[in-house]
Amino acid sequence: MTLSSTMESVSQVEAAAGKLAAETGLDEDDCFHVTMAAREAAVNAVLHGNEYDPAKRVTASFENNGKELVITIADQGKGLDPESLPDPLAPENLLRGTGRGLFLIRSFMDEVRFRQLHPGTELRLVKHLNQSGAGSIKSLRNAFDAG
Amino acid sequence: MALTIASREVDGITVLDLSGRITLGEGSVQLRDAIRGLIGKGTKNILLNLGKVDYIDSSGLGELVSAFTTAKNQQAEVKLLNLTKRVHDLLQLTKLYTVFDIKDDEASAIASFK
Repeated sequence: MTLSSTMESVSQVEAAAGKLAAETGLDEDDCFHVTMAAREAAVNAVLHGNEYDPAKRVTASFENNGKELVITIADQGKGLDPESLPDPLAPENLLRGTGRGLFLIRSFMDEVRFRQLHPGTELRLVKHLNQSGAGSIKSLRNAFDAG
Repeated sequence: MALTIASREVDGITVLDLSGRITLGEGSVQLRDAIRGLIGKGTKNILLNLGKVDYIDSSGLGELVSAFTTAKNQQAEVKLLNLTKRVHDLLQLTKLYTVFDIKDDEASAIASFK
């Protein structure tokens, strides 16, 4: 989907991600994590990438290939070096009002990849599915460890 | 569901009962305005009841942090009450659990301000 740089678009991405996650048979926690990661990525694209510029677009795609859920979100902004972002868990950063979005995305998804588009940034979010096509390896491992 | 905020006083403590989502574009600004309004009027003790907050994004977390720091800068206190599992897990994940005074029952939360 190609979307405008608005909060309405963020809601559309969130809804689409939630629908895909639910249809894949992910459990409630994984559905929430995927939906939240997609929303955070969309907010980054609209707010930080495109800066709400009506001339710039956000593109989003959603795929279940049986082995993984792949959500790709791109903006047309100046580009981003993710390594330059401050660590939100560092003690000196805990009281910052911003800067946790990418950390949450990385926490909730199994793979997160950046690609510079010149202009713009593309974020590829991946959630691994188990052999039956549902649930993520990370969530299954967590469930096993919990006994 | 958009954020609704209901205010009440208990033993001199202002309790804000929040319901809905605290997210960019939906509730974060409302929360910010509510907190700043109270602190601007001289309110020193604010308890945020998050028992009906089912979703908070990174912007919402940022607003909670801003509420904490705004209050602290004005010699006021903001505490959190009744975290849902999801909000609890997010605060732990982001280490914000170490920042806030978090309570799970209102009576002890109110008493803790004194």
